Amino acid sequence: MSQVPFDPNPKFQEYATPGALVSTEWLAANLNTPGLVVVESDEDTLLYETGHIPGSIKVDWHTDLNDPVSRDYVGPEGFAALMSRKGISRESTVVFYGDKSNWWAAYALWVFRLFGHEDVRLLDGGRQKWEAEGREMTKVVPTRETTTYPVSPRNDRELRAYREQVLEHVNAKGCMVDVRSPQEFSGELTHMPDYPQEGTLRGGHIPGAKSVPWKRAAQDDGTFKGVAELRAIYEGEKGLSTGDDVIAYCRIGERSSHTWFVLTYLLGFKNVRNYDGSWSEWGNAVRLPIAVGAE
Amino acid sequence: MSESTAAQLPPGLAAVAADFADTPRELRLELLLEYADRLKPLPEPYASREDLMERVEECQSPLFAVAEVKADSVHIHATAPQESPTTRAFASIMQLGLDGLTPAEVLAVPAAAPLQLGLTELVSPLRMRGATGLLARIQRQVRAATTA
Repeated sequence: MSQVPFDPNPKFQEYATPGALVSTEWLAANLNTPGLVVVESDEDTLLYETGHIPGSIKVDWHTDLNDPVSRDYVGPEGFAALMSRKGISRESTVVFYGDKSNWWAAYALWVFRLFGHEDVRLLDGGRQKWEAEGREMTKVVPTRETTTYPVSPRNDRELRAYREQVLEHVNAKGCMVDVRSPQEFSGELTHMPDYPQEGTLRGGHIPGAKSVPWKRAAQDDGTFKGVAELRAIYEGEKGLSTGDDVIAYCRIGERSSHTWFVLTYLLGFKNVRNYDGSWSEWGNAVRLPIAVGAE
Repeated sequence: MSESTAAQLPPGLAAVAADFADTPRELRLELLLEYADRLKPLPEPYASREDLMERVEECQSPLFAVAEVKADSVHIHATAPQESPTTRAFASIMQLGLDGLTPAEVLAVPAAAPLQLGLTELVSPLRMRGATGLLARIQRQVRAATTA
């Protein structure tokens, strides 16, 4: 069990897993708690170098978590080596935070969960809130002692969906959440000569997916909405329920990690997988079914 | 980097490529940050009129850039938020590498030039696409300004 206490913040107590979030106040007061490791994971790989939460270390989604050759995550040995190098042990409580409302922090947290790292938490509001509150930032990179992290299997089955499984899910009329913007969902394209798109060959969405842009789960300050508001969106408006087998996707799996976190930890959905291949795989693959339009 | 590849880059960009090539791997992000810090502040009218510039849609962060052609010389102005230092670094590198060149010289820069700077190991492919998108838009603006 975790040696680092949970944040007793009343807001978090209403979520399905209250211990999955920490507030900026709690983190500021607990930076030196033994067993706690703070990890910054950003879209912009330079942000950590411009200044970060004192004592925090950086895990880069591109250079640390991805396999350098194939489009996949690092394997068990690679992950164990990374953890050892970063000074994280299997028992560490890891608090993730990052830019862009924690997209990449949630994504890194999800990858840690693939390897069964138990105690993972997210800083509510992420880097944006910490900075907005004028809290201390430093350019000092801590030196941490290397650890011996056990080589642990990557269990993709429960948390990750592959293309073939998504296709089966489509045929079985399973629940899917497309967390991209409405324009990406409908398949609008604005191709013009010399305006290279960050792209895919086809626009639209996976048939049967419901559109819930990730941002609907977040408030302007980057923190998560309260449980009542979240339930109204995912359960009330979209008709999902906590027992459903749900697949979330976006373009490359980062924004959908944010929604995966919301459904799993805040609302208590039991069976949510992130399809990290997402639209950049589906929209480029041959002969996969695609739907266009707002519905 | 091979000699022939470097030879295709204009001197400013070749200097950036050499700078990264000469820097040990673990210090390259620091170097990229130094470039980010060298992005020049926007002059008027752009400082108060972002809409006079073009948004680089390939970039996930709001990056606006404009290429002015004055007396056969190209001038690059660009802005991106402080919280997007990698984007600022790309903009700064393009500014340092292309500013003052003739339109013909800017148009002769290979489209893949950003990929030849030695950054692809540091920066994700999507980010690199933002950089190539920036170059493509600068070149299109220069082409438009010189054929108008």
